Amino acid sequence: MKFTEEHEWLREEDGEMVVGITIHAAEQLGDVVFVELPDEGITVSKDDDVVVIESVKAASDILAPVDGEITEVNSALTDNPSMVNDDPQGEAWFFKMKISDPSQMDEFMDEAGYKKFIG
Amino acid sequence: MDDLLQTPLYDLHVRLGAKMVPFAGYSMPVQYPLGVMKEHLHCRTHAGLFDVSHMGQVILSGASWDAVARAFETLVPTDVLGLEEGRQRYGFFTNDAGGIEDDLMFARRGDDLFVVVNAACKGADVARMKAALEPDVTVTEITDRALIALQGPEAAAIVASMDAAAAKMKFMDLRNLELNGVTVWATRSGYTGEDGFELSVQKDQVETLAEALLAQDAVEAIGLGARDSLRLEAGLCLYGHDIDAVTTPIEGALNWAIQKVRRTGGDRAGGFPGADVILSQLSNGAARKRVGLLPEGRAPMREGVVLFDAAEGGTEVGVVTSGGFGPSVGGPVAMGYVGTDSAVIGTALWGDVRGKRLPLSVAKLPFVAANFKR
Repeated sequence: MKFTEEHEWLREEDGEMVVGITIHAAEQLGDVVFVELPDEGITVSKDDDVVVIESVKAASDILAPVDGEITEVNSALTDNPSMVNDDPQGEAWFFKMKISDPSQMDEFMDEAGYKKFIG
Repeated sequence: MDDLLQTPLYDLHVRLGAKMVPFAGYSMPVQYPLGVMKEHLHCRTHAGLFDVSHMGQVILSGASWDAVARAFETLVPTDVLGLEEGRQRYGFFTNDAGGIEDDLMFARRGDDLFVVVNAACKGADVARMKAALEPDVTVTEITDRALIALQGPEAAAIVASMDAAAAKMKFMDLRNLELNGVTVWATRSGYTGEDGFELSVQKDQVETLAEALLAQDAVEAIGLGARDSLRLEAGLCLYGHDIDAVTTPIEGALNWAIQKVRRTGGDRAGGFPGADVILSQLSNGAARKRVGLLPEGRAPMREGVVLFDAAEGGTEVGVVTSGGFGPSVGGPVAMGYVGTDSAVIGTALWGDVRGKRLPLSVAKLPFVAANFKR
């Protein structure tokens, strides 16, 4: 699993990248009450806003971590947004991506690096 | 961050694991480890303790109650003179254009008036009162007392277990109570829509009292996050958002807080800043009005969302001034201003959320029935 400075995680699965937010990010957001997912099949560029996530406190955007195509979204989150608090690094993944440029992954941190990053 | 003020309960908040944020110049707890959602629901079902020591507490005193009350009436469109001993009322300072400079609670304490104002406005409020009322009335900001609130359906039993006299208090009563050996000025009021008390207590005694209340199984500490969702569900205005200096009390749907005696034809009609505008709007109506807004979907509609009368095209008819998720409602709730034509309950509107028009309807306030001890 790789981690970004935007508090997202990426996990390779069957040649695709599964993307979600970290436990730390979910704790910071607080109780999640609404998730808006992108359309499947769209092409995105790194840092595009792709997911809107709203907690009781505020709305936040989740950015595309790399260039690529959104192949699948986790529609269970729409009906049950609190999954993001319950299991952010497991069940509550946001979307899967086919990535265009694997070298964009090079800058991401491993788990030890991320732990150090969040202090 | 270094110049943020701290309330006397700062160390307690930190000890409880609160997330502290800057608010109105103070470092305040936005939430505790329980989290906003559970804090909110706990307060609605049991009891919640709030630190509201950042708010301003002011005593007005003069030659007699009559003198103090008549003087204060020159600043607010409220019936002050008619207030009985030990009773509290909601009011607001107005400006010459009829706008609201701050909203406040005031109570009669013997011949004095005990006023509680918003933290962000307290400097201006004290200056306004001093400029307008001194030397006949003495305006004293109380800086040696903290203010805490215990709110929720179990609040009354807890306070009454410490001083039985609390059980006799009704909504908006004020009296001294002895809680845990500490004398407090208690009012049976709050900002949640629940029954409960606000307790003004000497700063050096507040931590002991707060800990005694928190030691009760039914009591959890509640932060500003849940305070906001509780008051929003209760349909209560947040100054600077739902009402402000360019919003009149009539636009704000606060007509109920202007008693008959201060209205046209009343014994003490007018005589407050902006009376011409406010009394005229009371008779003729205002062009816009604060209403409850209930989004149909799950997406919260927050402050600033623009409202339209059609799903596409149409006319802009208003704006959201407070909005978010209502934990007790189990969905998004909001308040805002719409043109009077759109202010009828049930009117279908659309809010522009991130470029998409999402449906909502004008709804009755409060969203959650008030649970006061009348």
